[in-house]
Amino acid sequence: MTGFLSPLIEPGFFSNLPVQTALVVGGVVAVVSGIVGTFTVMRGQSFAGHSLADIGTAGGSAAFVLGISPLFGYVAMNLMAAGAMEWIGIRRPRGRDLATGIVLGAALGLAALFLYLDTTGSSTTGATVNVLFGSIFTLPSSMVPVIAIFSVVAAGIVLVLYRPLILTSISADLAIAQGVRVRLVGICYLVALALAVSLSAVTIGAILSTALLIGPAATALRITNRTGRAAVIAAAIGVIATWLGVLLAYDSYYWFPNGGGWPVSFFVVTLIFLVYLVSQLRFRGRALAPRQSTAAQAG
Amino acid sequence: MFSDLMLTAWESASIVAVVAGVVGFFIVLRGSAFAAHALPNGAFAGAAGASLIGVDAIVGLAVFSILGALTIAGLGRRARHDVATALVIVMMLGLGSLFLSMTTEYAPQIYSLLFGEVLGVSSSELVPIGVIGVVAIGAILLMYRPLMFSSVMPDVAAARGVRSRRMEVAFLLVVALTTTMAVPVVGALLIFSLLISPAAAARSFTSRPLGAMGLSVIIALATVWSAIALSYLSNLPIGFFVGSIGAVTYATGRGFSAWRRNRQASPRPSGQALQHSVAG
Repeated sequence: MTGFLSPLIEPGFFSNLPVQTALVVGGVVAVVSGIVGTFTVMRGQSFAGHSLADIGTAGGSAAFVLGISPLFGYVAMNLMAAGAMEWIGIRRPRGRDLATGIVLGAALGLAALFLYLDTTGSSTTGATVNVLFGSIFTLPSSMVPVIAIFSVVAAGIVLVLYRPLILTSISADLAIAQGVRVRLVGICYLVALALAVSLSAVTIGAILSTALLIGPAATALRITNRTGRAAVIAAAIGVIATWLGVLLAYDSYYWFPNGGGWPVSFFVVTLIFLVYLVSQLRFRGRALAPRQSTAAQAG
Repeated sequence: MFSDLMLTAWESASIVAVVAGVVGFFIVLRGSAFAAHALPNGAFAGAAGASLIGVDAIVGLAVFSILGALTIAGLGRRARHDVATALVIVMMLGLGSLFLSMTTEYAPQIYSLLFGEVLGVSSSELVPIGVIGVVAIGAILLMYRPLMFSSVMPDVAAARGVRSRRMEVAFLLVVALTTTMAVPVVGALLIFSLLISPAAAARSFTSRPLGAMGLSVIIALATVWSAIALSYLSNLPIGFFVGSIGAVTYATGRGFSAWRRNRQASPRPSGQALQHSVAG
């Protein structure tokens, strides 16, 4: 069997510990991102979802300076940022991008400061690249339980608020009429988003964080109009893309004579982008007006 | 602080600030903050690719930011704009990580591309920066009326025959040009702050379009000038000062408009509603 597959899968793929950790963590993160991301796309908060990944780098680099685990830096920074976005006005559609942008701009300034202190204080020049791009292969396996807990919390918030979330995502007015506390639901959702993004940004990097949050969910919402089904499809697309990406990155070690292999993020992002493009062409007719059709038939 | 070397820094940063103030005004007006973040960030990948094949960084920046603008406009036609933008930025950054894995570039150089190296701008680079800046502002002036119309009242503009899709593409291309000239000076991450914060703050102070645009340019200039001076005196990175001054000016603007709303309590409800929706 292994002999038959060896042209596809380089020997030692499944017995390699970093690869095992990458597959497990990548899979967990992809599932959580798919579930949370479905609502991110429906609520039109892709910018916030992406920004939190970048904002978290300020927390991550501060954690580097202080010498604590970057995950806690990410989570603390992102929860504060989500609070600031909510306060400035992420609720109003028109102010949404601006609220996100102001918080992002301020956080990037802080990131510049902390990364500067990182690179000059200790001579770890890799800090900038590591914090910004992450690497799925350098995860210590001791992180797996912490990651699992945060994942359960993030996915749990979304599942508990499932129905009010769908309602507020589709029509805030309708939700108010039904007695849903729209603002509270929005804040809880931002907390779930902040947790999910911290988790993915710190484990697999800011690029993959956004890619797994938005790409699979946007594709799934093209394929089906039902929110629950879309979340499942998004999680599946995310997991498959992540695992294929890890496999390709592992294989690519021997492809190009640059002595290091190609980055996982490149493969995963490319796969997700291609799947999205195909879904655009394949399901063109079904979702000509994505907003209205999702609104009318979701649930 | 005003030596020959620093003079180039002052000049290039001032050009960038003027362009960022004008273009940023429309970014805030149109709510295209995400695109303004995605294009510089993604163009960074172009600079990495340019260094890989040995051409000038500004060529890579231009190619990637223009391709990015066209892809966002293309994908955004059929899907939500924010989704298209998110996918474009991750795709460009994915390519960037591939290029970076192939180069032997040192991390400090990557840092300076991301966070800016205003002191690293040579006087020979001033010419392309100035030319691109003039083109960007010229394009804005040329399409000022239809752009303003389609930004403020997209539906009415469309009914009056303004081609909003074409407007969108043209505007994203202007953002791409701004990106190309600004990234080497203030960095891929902080041009964003310079595009958003001064314009957003300016709109809290006045709702007149030309006034707000002028104020936005003034605030942007004040931001970069004080950021350079503070960075020079404290030896801390300029990006930190650009980011935090931006946040402070925005907070001041918000505070001012809240104070004004309180002061004129109820006499002009319609004016306030407009102000609110415009500033929000």
